[in-house]
Amino acid sequence: MVTNSIYLDYAATTPLDPRVLEAMLPYLRDDFGNSASVHSFGRAAEKAVEGARRTVAEILNCAPDEIIFTSGGSEADNLAVRGGALAAREKRGARHTITTPIEHEAVLATAHQLQQHFGFELTEVPVEPTGLVSGAALEKALRPDTALVSVIYANNEIGTIQPLAELAEICRAHKVLLHTDAVQAGSQLELDVQTLGVDMLSLGAHKLYGPKGVGALYVRQGTPLLPTQTGGAHERGLRAGTANVAYIVGFAEALRLTAEERETHNQRFAQLREYLIAGILSNVPECRVTGHRLERLPNHASFVLRHVNGNDLLMHLDLAGIAASSGSACKTGDPKPSGVLLALGLEPEWALGSLRLTVGRGTTEEHVERVVRLLPKMVEKLRAENLVHA
Amino acid sequence: MTKKIRVVAAMSGGVDSSVAAALLVEQGFEVIGLMMRLWGEPEADGGVHNRCCSPDSMAQARRVAEQLNIPFYAVDTQQTFKSKIVDFFIDGYVSGVTPNPCVECNRHIRWEFLLNKALSLEADYLATGHYARVRALTLPQGEGERQYQLLKAIDSHKDQSYVLSVMGQAQLKHALFPLGEYTKPQVRELARKFNLPVAERPESQDLCFLADGNYRRFLTQYGGGNIQAGPIIRTDGTVLGQHQGLPFYTIGQRKGIGVSGPEPLYVIGSRPVENALVVGTLDELGNDRLTVSRAHWVSGVMPTESFQAEVKIRYKAPPISATITPLPNQRAEVAFSQRLRDITPGQAAVFYNGEVVLGNGIIERETP
Repeated sequence: MVTNSIYLDYAATTPLDPRVLEAMLPYLRDDFGNSASVHSFGRAAEKAVEGARRTVAEILNCAPDEIIFTSGGSEADNLAVRGGALAAREKRGARHTITTPIEHEAVLATAHQLQQHFGFELTEVPVEPTGLVSGAALEKALRPDTALVSVIYANNEIGTIQPLAELAEICRAHKVLLHTDAVQAGSQLELDVQTLGVDMLSLGAHKLYGPKGVGALYVRQGTPLLPTQTGGAHERGLRAGTANVAYIVGFAEALRLTAEERETHNQRFAQLREYLIAGILSNVPECRVTGHRLERLPNHASFVLRHVNGNDLLMHLDLAGIAASSGSACKTGDPKPSGVLLALGLEPEWALGSLRLTVGRGTTEEHVERVVRLLPKMVEKLRAENLVHA
Repeated sequence: MTKKIRVVAAMSGGVDSSVAAALLVEQGFEVIGLMMRLWGEPEADGGVHNRCCSPDSMAQARRVAEQLNIPFYAVDTQQTFKSKIVDFFIDGYVSGVTPNPCVECNRHIRWEFLLNKALSLEADYLATGHYARVRALTLPQGEGERQYQLLKAIDSHKDQSYVLSVMGQAQLKHALFPLGEYTKPQVRELARKFNLPVAERPESQDLCFLADGNYRRFLTQYGGGNIQAGPIIRTDGTVLGQHQGLPFYTIGQRKGIGVSGPEPLYVIGSRPVENALVVGTLDELGNDRLTVSRAHWVSGVMPTESFQAEVKIRYKAPPISATITPLPNQRAEVAFSQRLRDITPGQAAVFYNGEVVLGNGIIERETP
C-alpha cells in the first residue's frame, strides 16, 4: 500500500520490523516441520520454538517453561483470567475475581463471562481520574475467596502506567494471583517479572514490531491454570495446537530487538510525545490530556476535546493524511464514549471527543509538526459546525 | 494536473448507490463513501434493526468501497433519525394523519444532516443513488445566482423525485444524481459492467425502521398507549360500531371495518379528538380539492398567483391536473377537475410542471 499518510496509531499496531521478517522467512519457506514430530524435521522446528522460548524467558527474567506461546495478547488474557479463575475454584473454592474498569476488553469480557456463566463474583476496583489504581482500593476489594486480580500494566487508551510492584506485594500478602496485560506496555517498558512481582503476564507481538497472530503468557511456576484451548500436549498441556513456528520465532526476535533498543527509542518517543502534548494543549482550547501526565507510556499522547465528535475528527484527519484513533469512534457508526474514559469520570461532552496519537519508530519531527499545525483549525471548524447543527 | 472535485457518495450497500458511486469514480471525481447509521428497533440479541444499515448492508457497502478504492466512513445519526423521523411517524398517526417518513428523511437526514457532513468534509457535492435529475439553468445575462431545477428521472417507473421534492436551491446546488439518466435495467447492466458485488435485493416498499414491515405492531408498541379502540360514526354522529385504533384504517377502505348498512360504507376520515373513525357512502368519499401546509417551492420563490400544475397526492399516484392557489402562512389550495377518492392527510402533495418538480406541501386533515 503506497500512501502519503502519516501513521500516528502505533498503539493500534506496528509495522513488521524487516529484521523480524528475515528471522521468520526460513520457517515459512524451508523449515516447515511440526515441532511435535519425532523426526529431524520436527526437531529443527522444536529447536526454533525452544530457542524463541529461551529468548523470551531471558527478557522476562523467568524460566523458559514459564512461557506459553499463544495466538496473541487476547488469547493470553483469556487463558490467564478464565484459566486462572477456574483452576483456583477447583483448587481452593475461589469464587471472586478483581479487575479495573480500564482493563482491555479481552480481560473485561472474560471476567464478565466468568460472572455471567461460571458463577463468579466480580469487583471492578475504581480508578483515580489519572487512571491509577490505588493499593488501598485494591486491598479493600480482596477477599479470602478471590481467585485472581488482573490489572493492565499500561493502558492502551490513556497510557497510564500502573504501580505493579506495589500491587503485587499486596496480592502476595493476601495469597491472591496477580495477572497483568502487558500487551501495550511490552513495546516500551521493563518486563522483568521478578521486579514486577506478577504471577502472570500477557504479551502480543504486533504491538512491538512483530507479526499479528502471536503472543505469550508468562505463568509463574506453581500457578494453577486450567487450559482454555484443549487438545494435544503442546505447551506442557496448557495450550494445545501445533506451534506457529515462524510467528513464534518472529515474536521472540521482535521482543529481543525491543529490549535491546528500548532506551534509545523511548527517549526519542518521549520527546515527540511532549512536542505533541505541548503543541496541542497550547493551540487547541478546551482540550485536556487523559491519563497520568508523568507515569505514562513514552510514545502515548491522548486527549479529550470538548464538544468534538471523535468519529468526525478521525474522518477529517484521515482525509488530511493523518492516521490516529479515538476511544469514542466506531467503524460501524455507533460511537459511544469509551468505558475507560467514563471510568475516569469524564462528562459525555468531553468523553465523545477522545483523540489518541501514538508515535513509533517511523515517526519523524515533521510528522508531529504537521499534526500540531493542522489540528487547531480542524477542531475549530468541527466545533463551529457542531454549534450550528446542534 | 487539476485537482479532482470531491464528492461524497451516500452508500447503502444496494445496487443503486453502488453503481452511482462507481459512475462517479469513472467520471473522475474524488469520491468518499459515507454510510449513515440510522435508528433501529432493539433486537433480542442486543443489535438494532434497520434494513438500510444492517451489519450486512454495511459490510456490503464497505466491500463496494474497497473495490472502487475509495475511503469509506460510517456516520452516526441515530438520535436525529429517531426524533425527526421515527417520532414524527408515530406522532403523525396518533394525531390522525398518515405521515410519509421518507419525505421527512430526505428533508432532515439526507439533505440536511448528510449534506452538512459532506460540506464539512470539503466536498462540493453529495451524490445519491436516487432516480432523479438536477438541471442547472443558464444565467440570464450573467446576473444573480445560478438557479437549479429538480427533474423526474428518465425511468418513470423508478422516478423518486417525489421524495426529493423537499429540496431547495441550497441543496440542489450541491446534489448529484448519477442514475437520473438511466433506466433500472441499464443500471443493472452497469452493475454487471463494474463487476459490483451487489446481490439484487427484493425491492421493499416497507419503511426501513420497521423490523417486520408491520406498522400496526410498531405503532401499538411505540404509540405510548395513545392508540385506542373507539367509535365508528357517520358524519351526523350516528355510532355504527367500534374501530381498533385510528391508524389501522386507510381513507377509502371498505373491507375489514366491521360495519354494514344499506349502501357500501367507506372510511372517509377521522375525528382524533373524539377518537372516532368516520365512514360514509361513496358520494361522501373524497373531494375535488385539498389544502396543504408547509408548502415548499424548489425555486425558493413563492408564487403570488394561481397556476396550473400536475399533482401527485402520494408516491405511487399518477399526476393529476390541478389549479394551485398559494395561501398565507405557507399553505396552498389545490383544486382538481375531478373528485379524488384517496386524498390522505399527512401525505405529501407534490407539484409538477411536466418533468420539473415545482414544490410540495403536506396534505391537511379536514374534519369530515
